[in-house]
Amino acid sequence: MDILTLFVIIPVLTIVALVFTKGLKQARLVSMVGSIIQLGMAINLVFAYFKERAINKEIMVFTKDYVWFEQFNIHYTIGVDGISVALLLLTAIIVLAGVFISWKIADLPKEFFISLLVLASGVYGFFISLDLFTMFVFYEIAVIPMYLLIGIWGSGPKEYSAMKLTLMLMGASAVLLVGVLGIYFNSNADGGALTFNILEIAQVNIPFEAQKLFFPLTFVGFAVLGALFPFHTWSPDGHASAPTAVSMLHAGVLMKLGGYGIFRIAMFLLPAGAMHWSWFFIILAAIGVVYGAFGAIRQTDLKYINAYASVSHLGLVLFALMTLNKIAWNGAILQSLSHGLLTALFFALIGMIYGRTHTRDISKLGGMMKILPFIGAIYVITGLAYLGLPGFSGFVAEMNIFVGAFQNPDMFQRILTVLVVSSIVITAVYILRLVGKIMMGPLVTNDCENLPKATWYEKTGILLLLIPIIGMGVAPLWLSDMLLESIQPFIQGVL
Amino acid sequence: MNLDSFLIMRHEILLLTITLLLLVGEIFISKTKKSSLVHLAIFLFGIHTVVGFLAIDESSIFGGSFQTNNLIHFFKNVLNIGVFILLLQSADWIEEKIVGENRGTEFFILLFSSLLGMYFMISAGDFLMFYIGLELSTLPVAALAAYETTKRISSEAGIKLILSAALASGVSLFGISLLYATSGSIFFNDIIEVITSTNLTILGFILFFAGLSFKISLVPFHFWTADVYEGAPISIASYLSVISKGAAVFILMILMFTIFKPLIDTWENLVYVIALATMFIGNLFALRQQNMKRFLAFSSIAQAGFILLGLITGTQLGTATIVYFVMIYIFSNLAAFGVVQAISLKTGKENMDDYNGLYRTNPKLSLVMMLALFSLAGIPPVAGFFGKFFLFTAAASKGYYLLVFLAVVNVTISLYYYLLVVRAMFIRKNDNPIPFFKNKLYMRLGLLITVIGILVLGLYSPLYDYIYELSSVFN
Repeated sequence: MDILTLFVIIPVLTIVALVFTKGLKQARLVSMVGSIIQLGMAINLVFAYFKERAINKEIMVFTKDYVWFEQFNIHYTIGVDGISVALLLLTAIIVLAGVFISWKIADLPKEFFISLLVLASGVYGFFISLDLFTMFVFYEIAVIPMYLLIGIWGSGPKEYSAMKLTLMLMGASAVLLVGVLGIYFNSNADGGALTFNILEIAQVNIPFEAQKLFFPLTFVGFAVLGALFPFHTWSPDGHASAPTAVSMLHAGVLMKLGGYGIFRIAMFLLPAGAMHWSWFFIILAAIGVVYGAFGAIRQTDLKYINAYASVSHLGLVLFALMTLNKIAWNGAILQSLSHGLLTALFFALIGMIYGRTHTRDISKLGGMMKILPFIGAIYVITGLAYLGLPGFSGFVAEMNIFVGAFQNPDMFQRILTVLVVSSIVITAVYILRLVGKIMMGPLVTNDCENLPKATWYEKTGILLLLIPIIGMGVAPLWLSDMLLESIQPFIQGVL
Repeated sequence: MNLDSFLIMRHEILLLTITLLLLVGEIFISKTKKSSLVHLAIFLFGIHTVVGFLAIDESSIFGGSFQTNNLIHFFKNVLNIGVFILLLQSADWIEEKIVGENRGTEFFILLFSSLLGMYFMISAGDFLMFYIGLELSTLPVAALAAYETTKRISSEAGIKLILSAALASGVSLFGISLLYATSGSIFFNDIIEVITSTNLTILGFILFFAGLSFKISLVPFHFWTADVYEGAPISIASYLSVISKGAAVFILMILMFTIFKPLIDTWENLVYVIALATMFIGNLFALRQQNMKRFLAFSSIAQAGFILLGLITGTQLGTATIVYFVMIYIFSNLAAFGVVQAISLKTGKENMDDYNGLYRTNPKLSLVMMLALFSLAGIPPVAGFFGKFFLFTAAASKGYYLLVFLAVVNVTISLYYYLLVVRAMFIRKNDNPIPFFKNKLYMRLGLLITVIGILVLGLYSPLYDYIYELSSVFN
């Protein structure tokens, strides 16, 4: 078994093992063991990747190719570059943290962990595939468990949110499917055979007319998952209704599929289309950044604040991708990683606060720092990292994006960049207000004075996320180098 | 012509033998053990299904009236498996409601004659054989739909079905007569030689197409579907929506890809419009259905619309994707109907609200239902996804990107109502849920086979390649 396919096999085996468990204790133990193995494999993959990269200069390494449907030339092709390695590691971290955060899930625990791992296996599969069809299959596998996860274990208007999220994402995949088929049927433009293989299609000069037509379809198909304005509306509702671990996985990992897909498919395979349309989508992305930030200011529910903040921060990813600049792209991927960790941590903390106080309304919360010092302190740290304080991952990512975006001499893009940079200030406004009110502010009620302190599994989950955040902030260079090297072949098409 | 050449009718002869054996067998079954009839029927049909897989020669007899080849042979086997699953799923119902009233043998005779009609229909080499097959496959089903004689709604379903079917086959026959008028022959092979795109042949084709559209329940010939499904016993509704529809699609495809191929410029547009109408109307009407049988009726109308996406191509790719999709559809829909039947038999409940909280009491049934619905909706990794994706690929190969886009929009719409059932079973709470019950062996086996089919058919790619190879015969 090759090193990459194991990433899909392990969750599947864990699911099989879960089927035979009884009760919460067994279920969480099995999921924890499975996720730890997965994380171990992801870390191992990083080292293996560096070793392999030193001797192998191909775009993708560890490639394997198995024929699947011969008639359509569908293969199960896998391989990774620096970008996918980083995202796999991110996924493994967040899944394990998610398992720890769901330690006390009461209702149908077995089913919960199974759905969670189905989602995870879809995400892993997505990041390793190099075949459009396989990728699409994994994309849908990753999306559909969300319906059950939100619907069964969610809170608030969960049926509505779950349905909205599923339909919008599946609608997006409908658009994407047409884009994928369009790419497929143009992959013989140079006289070769029709193929779904991404690396092979990248060599083909797809006619400009086709690129113009199919780029927007492919882009929008993925961008809905990346919360592109105005298709972001599923995201706040979905986040708010989802249980904690699902919000973490959702914002931390699932939404990253969008940016990754755009990068890997839309931009890589249809570079001329990307250049043709970039002016339009960059405007949408910029609106999303500012709009999301303003949206977050107006919210009173902790989860909604974070959800809108995610729209804003992921808008930055899309914005950076559309600037068609190498440094900005590097920033986009760093931002994906950083936002994944930070949002997951934020949602975990919100879940902990909510689990104790049973409210997420900021007007009813205050003085948490005194009552819950550990959670409070981490919350403040996360907040500061979120608004881009140097020393944390957010700063590195955003710095790259803005520096890259401003390099483009085009005045239109510079104005947009300035506009987008203003979102940092707005972010500071809502984060600092939030921290001031619920952490440092006066106690609102007295009945929450004796809340239980953070438990070991909560602390483990938090630390799992916090360590890489600081690691990325303090020593970003190794990661950044790894990513830059992998971006190189992609940027050649559009510059 | 020697006796050996009859062997290419092995399916038909064997099925006829089974029917007769059952008739004789009933004499020897004592009154106290009436249920042995069901065991006997399932046993014999099981043998028939297995024997069907033995290889067969490609040839024709009766001067070309009856022909067979590997694709037809394969499709008959698919139908056999479908009917076998159906028998397993309805064994309990037959035992309780039918055999008890001494009407068991008749039930099997009617069911098997209808299947025999389908064999003849898809093996037909001329329009006469085709028409006989069509009638033989439809008339017994009308009797079966009215089989629950104590229920008024069942008789109504029978009458509705027979009237619509009679009208449809009349229209079809008129179309055939026009084709005969222009080509001077009823043999497919002769017609292929001489057919040209004249007004009369086009009119003949449209009438013929309309007749078959009734059976497939394409819009605007779908009005009977929901009422008949609701009134008929669930096994018969299932039979209509799966086996009967599958066979009709198959023969329609064969004829359109062979003798009507010269008219492709005309029927492309026709199929385009009907595909869109069928998908949209089927899906939009399914949104608000409460009765599970009506719900599945509209869902199966919509599914027929998707099949047309393969039909529009007129290529080998189209043939292969249609056969593949129909096969997957048979398994998925049988699973869904099977669950509905199991629940209806134990509790008499058929509404979606009754399914609220089903997962908490009957987790296995709910999972089967969920898999079936996901397969119908086209969610990977279950088989339905592959079936639909390939159909869309077939349509896109001819450049119908807009049609594919609208079809995928329909997939999203359909996902909504399939998720409504999932929501009822998994998310909704119920104060008075369907209590836990254990299904009998046959039902469990019937559901198990469908689940295996749903899980394996898509991922196991050599199957598709095999079908693709077989499909070369019609192009």
